[in-house]
Amino acid sequence: MNVKIRIEGLKVSFEGKEILKGLSIDVFKNKITGFMGPAGSGKSTLISVINRMIDFEDNAVVEGKVLIDGQNILGDKIDAVQLRRRVGTVFAVPTPLPRSIYDNIGYGPRLKRGNHRRELRTLVVESLKKAFLWDEVKDRLDTSALKLSGGQQQRLCLARTLALTPEIILLDEPCSGLDPISTAKIEEALDELKKDYTIILVSNNTKQIARITDHAAFFYMGTLIEYGPTEKVFTNPSEKHTEDYIQGKFG
Amino acid sequence: MIKKAFTKEHFVRGVLTAFALSSLLFLFLIFIFILIEGVPLFHKIGLKNIILGFKWAPTKGSFGIFPMIVSSFLVTFGALVIGAPLGLSCAIYLSEYSGKRLKLFLKPALELLAGIPSVVYGFLGVIYIVPIVRNYFGGPGFSLLATSIILGVMILPTVISISFDALVSVPKTYREGSFAMGATKWQTIYKVIIPSASSGILASFILGMGRAIGETMAVIMVAGNALRIPTSILDPLRTLTSNIALELAYATGDHRLGLFSTGVVLLIIIMTLNYIANFAIKRRVIK
Amino acid sequence: MRINPRFADKLVKIALNGQAFFTVWILVAIVAVICVKGLPYVNLEFIFSSPVDMGRHGGIFSTIIGTVLLVILSIFVATPLGVGTAIFLTEYTKESVFTKIIRFGVESLAGIPSILYGLFGFIFFVIKLRMGWSLLAGVFTITIMILPTIIRTSEEAIKAVPRNLRIVSYSLSATKWETVTKVVLPSAAPGILTGIMLSIGRAVGETAAVIFTMGSSLRLPTSLMESGRTMAVHFYILAREGISMQKAYATALVLVLSILFINIIAYYIMNRVVSKYS
Repeated sequence: MNVKIRIEGLKVSFEGKEILKGLSIDVFKNKITGFMGPAGSGKSTLISVINRMIDFEDNAVVEGKVLIDGQNILGDKIDAVQLRRRVGTVFAVPTPLPRSIYDNIGYGPRLKRGNHRRELRTLVVESLKKAFLWDEVKDRLDTSALKLSGGQQQRLCLARTLALTPEIILLDEPCSGLDPISTAKIEEALDELKKDYTIILVSNNTKQIARITDHAAFFYMGTLIEYGPTEKVFTNPSEKHTEDYIQGKFG
Repeated sequence: MIKKAFTKEHFVRGVLTAFALSSLLFLFLIFIFILIEGVPLFHKIGLKNIILGFKWAPTKGSFGIFPMIVSSFLVTFGALVIGAPLGLSCAIYLSEYSGKRLKLFLKPALELLAGIPSVVYGFLGVIYIVPIVRNYFGGPGFSLLATSIILGVMILPTVISISFDALVSVPKTYREGSFAMGATKWQTIYKVIIPSASSGILASFILGMGRAIGETMAVIMVAGNALRIPTSILDPLRTLTSNIALELAYATGDHRLGLFSTGVVLLIIIMTLNYIANFAIKRRVIK
Repeated sequence: MRINPRFADKLVKIALNGQAFFTVWILVAIVAVICVKGLPYVNLEFIFSSPVDMGRHGGIFSTIIGTVLLVILSIFVATPLGVGTAIFLTEYTKESVFTKIIRFGVESLAGIPSILYGLFGFIFFVIKLRMGWSLLAGVFTITIMILPTIIRTSEEAIKAVPRNLRIVSYSLSATKWETVTKVVLPSAAPGILTGIMLSIGRAVGETAAVIFTMGSSLRLPTSLMESGRTMAVHFYILAREGISMQKAYATALVLVLSILFINIIAYYIMNRVVSKYS
């Protein structure tokens, strides 16, 4: 198994308060890795380091290394804007931009120069198909994305991320506000997508983690408690804490 | 590629910083140029002889603007006497009594009042208010009274909209608490809501004063522009602003400098008023 | 004797009602008087012919053009400056001493009365920079005068754009400037437009700051360095010098109606935005 992301001794603190307390973990290529843990465990912060969105938090102090294909993305030479083309993100709340479906998907690709119109169209169609949304919207690409249902909007956000042609996709509780049918569609899409991408799924929903991830990591209070193949973590956890969490005793 | 995006962002940030600084630059220029022109005369003639001097005869070396300072404050006070109660009543009505639909219509209507140019107010003052004052109260009609009425109407939008904001921001629980104790609506307004909104209401009065004291064209048209301290509300008078506007077009030499000295005094008064109003508004926010 | 509180309550309600309607009545009366007195003298010829004999005869065409030139050019200069400042304050800095100083500057500019803008414009642009009484001097003076309004309304409009949209844009590999131009400004555009419309209204009605910078020449300005006359200035001169009451009323009508029209458009845009976000 290839390591896509290697995190070494990552510490993040806000105004002296440590959110991540020296974390190390390897994320494997072409797998879905689940990050789970109760609120405040640091899993979302970890995501925001990998896509460097943490740059927008004024008081965050980040130490340690995050290596993608061996290159430290926290280094000075890395341009965060370029990095985000390689690391796409889908957020918890579906947030379409106030423009058409087509222009939402095209937003990322258009930022890069030298994309031709025909190539863009192909990219948009491909992305929508991969996100299992194409059939529902193919006749109305020019209508406002705000008119889609919540579940459709979240798949739009997934398609929009795919259109960046990233290597890694981060999903931060993408199904927390969705109905079971929409959730199922997203999970189906993710299962297909792992052939081509490295996927990290952050979720507080242990059942979802158990259903679709290959590896699962359990975080608690800014530390990694347990990490391993999903089946092992769920059937035979080595830590009592993990077991309690999975059984719903807290969280 | 990376380098290019980097420098472009820096360029944009630089330009935007320069834009933001331009406001400061303009403020600085306004102060400097009014001061450069206005201050030398204070040295030459004497601060006391200008600020406290009674005689304005700039071609003969007299630059007393005391009557104008007094007049400016008189018309401002007069505007407040007329505009403040009316404006506050309107604001109370809007925030406490009027229905939603009426509010939707009244608020923009009142704010449109602010959009009418001051020359139009002055003109209507000359046509309607001045003759009424002359016929019913006596004197030339062009007077402190007529000016106060016009300015009182002109400051209404300022007083209403800022008082309204202050009244609306009084927490709902204050009202409910008062009603729960058996107070009537007016008792609640008078004893609870107005005191809680007092600093905002005060700010609306001070900003209204700022508007009145700075008003020029309407005042020129109805004030009569006489160069002495009025002894009754029916006497004509000349304010600091009118003095500048009346003579700037043809003044030269020391005469022109005298108008800038008038401007310096006006600027200081206005800045003080604005500072006090901002202080009152900020105190409200902190509270 | 104590007044029954319930009775007092009713009395106050009636009194406040009366005062509120009195205030509205003033507005209606002002517009009505101008309309009734001005309407008989306003026709196409009045609008499309230029003043003759100091405005005693003829129309106001050259002053309409003077107004339009002054306002459009001022907006043209003030909008990038104002919106740029608002973007800087909201997107490119944290709250600090520096932003406090800039905000203080903007507040102070907003409080300066127009006659002092006139005084400054006169000494700085007309005299020191040797522009003379000219369209250009008027444009610069009005630009500075309307700048605070544009900055404040733009800032509010930009602040109202949901933070999520910015985050999404950044996550899709947009730079700060790309996010501002492609996401923030389009969403804030109606609010910014409202500020611009209000500024236009203010510039159209301005007299004191215009008369000492742009002057009051009745000839149509053919270059930036020539003097010209706006409708408001023309109206002031007609009324103050008693040249013609008929023409004064007619000019006032055109002036007031155009300002009301501009303000109503501004409120229309604003209300649409308010209903969109609530």
